[in-house]
Amino acid sequence: MQPEAPPNTPLLPLRFERVGYRSRSTSLLEELSFSLDAGPVSVILGPNGAGKTLALRIANGLIAPSSGVVSWNGGTERARAESTLVFQRPVLLRRSARANIEYALRLRGMARKECRSRAEVALGALGLSKLGDRPARLLSGGEQHRLALARARALAPTVLFLDEPAASLDPGATRALETSITNLRDAGTKIIMTTHDLEQARRMADEILFFHRGRLLEHASAEAFFGDPKCIEAKKFLARELTS
Amino acid sequence: MGWIGDALAAAFELIVGGDPELGEIVALSLRVSGTALLVSSVIGLPFGALLGIVRFPGRRGVVIVLNTLMGLPPVVVGLGVLLLLSRPGPLGHLGLLFTPEAMMIAQSILITPIVAALTRQTIEDAFDEYGEQLRSLGAGRLRSAATLLYEARFTLLTAVLAGFGRAIAEVGAVQIVGGNIAHVTRIMTTTIALDTNRGEFALAMGLGIILLLLALAIVGSAEILRGVANRAA
Repeated sequence: MQPEAPPNTPLLPLRFERVGYRSRSTSLLEELSFSLDAGPVSVILGPNGAGKTLALRIANGLIAPSSGVVSWNGGTERARAESTLVFQRPVLLRRSARANIEYALRLRGMARKECRSRAEVALGALGLSKLGDRPARLLSGGEQHRLALARARALAPTVLFLDEPAASLDPGATRALETSITNLRDAGTKIIMTTHDLEQARRMADEILFFHRGRLLEHASAEAFFGDPKCIEAKKFLARELTS
Repeated sequence: MGWIGDALAAAFELIVGGDPELGEIVALSLRVSGTALLVSSVIGLPFGALLGIVRFPGRRGVVIVLNTLMGLPPVVVGLGVLLLLSRPGPLGHLGLLFTPEAMMIAQSILITPIVAALTRQTIEDAFDEYGEQLRSLGAGRLRSAATLLYEARFTLLTAVLAGFGRAIAEVGAVQIVGGNIAHVTRIMTTTIALDTNRGEFALAMGLGIILLLLALAIVGSAEILRGVANRAA
């Protein structure tokens, strides 16, 4: 367990130092070392099976690495309280859209009245105000994604992890979701997201971490990565010639 | 076939006529099995939920034992409770043997593993779906267990109904610890067994029909409730 930092210490950067993950005899992540600081949208990019989601789950503390160290400048306990993850397939409880958000807020010890008002604000910010009373599971796919994002937004996280946030959404819903994510970034939330969608990465990323077969092959600004990728795998991926 | 028809006619006459003895037996049966169901739910639901999400050394062994206990022979349970509650037994001083309370205890022991094992499986499956999200939101194990019990409430109705079905239809354990004493511990199944042995089929068949109708009404109501609630959530 990482020693706790003084209260005013910034939560970021998040550091991976030689992080690896093995499942039985298979190595799924190898020697990942990188640091992510506040500010830019960090996009973990790579083909299917590259280890993007696994790295995200390790960063969020849902899975412990087999080797190496994951550390936060502000300490692990604070990271648990100040970060949250939105999954590729939204996981929503069998209750109304509003109650889903209120549940998450109550877990953070918030008073019932404040939960209600913050839930309303979050629903409004994601364009879901009229759907607050509707059972979450009866919402469309795009609405469910936006609700999951609204729930995360209501928690006012310092760091928001997004796993393939627009997978399986139509172009209109994707654009609406990306606008919401950009708004969160502008409000000061650090966004760390995975995607295998090149166009989405071009639209959203400030910096790219390019993964292939469990290894980090390139970590560069989005401009540098898309303008002049260094490794052969990245060049092939940008040319749409790389598969898992 | 005539005697079957006669017995059926007599059975319907007892039911339609509101026979007081029949009513008393049905009421006691529901009280005993209902109480056993309440006790087994209070114990089995949280225990099954925790077993579904908490990982500890030997957990697999506990799950195997629990699943095995689902098939507990009622007569063995009856014998065990009899030994506990009989005068020289460790709980003999309570004077519960041959009372409805002894039958409630026996049925509770019989159906708690059913409720707990089915709950464990349901919550474990739900934890696969919700677990990481709940942890990411900051829910601990206890809170996750409580949340998943609520999330899976409609599915868990099946577990509870399975327990009730086993309790209300059970005869071996209650016969041993209740003694089938008229107006004291006589319930539907023990009466059916007794009257069948005596060749008095009218009351036995009447009770059999009521038992089937009760099961149908309870399962049917639960299924309708589950369908309505599922659509609303």
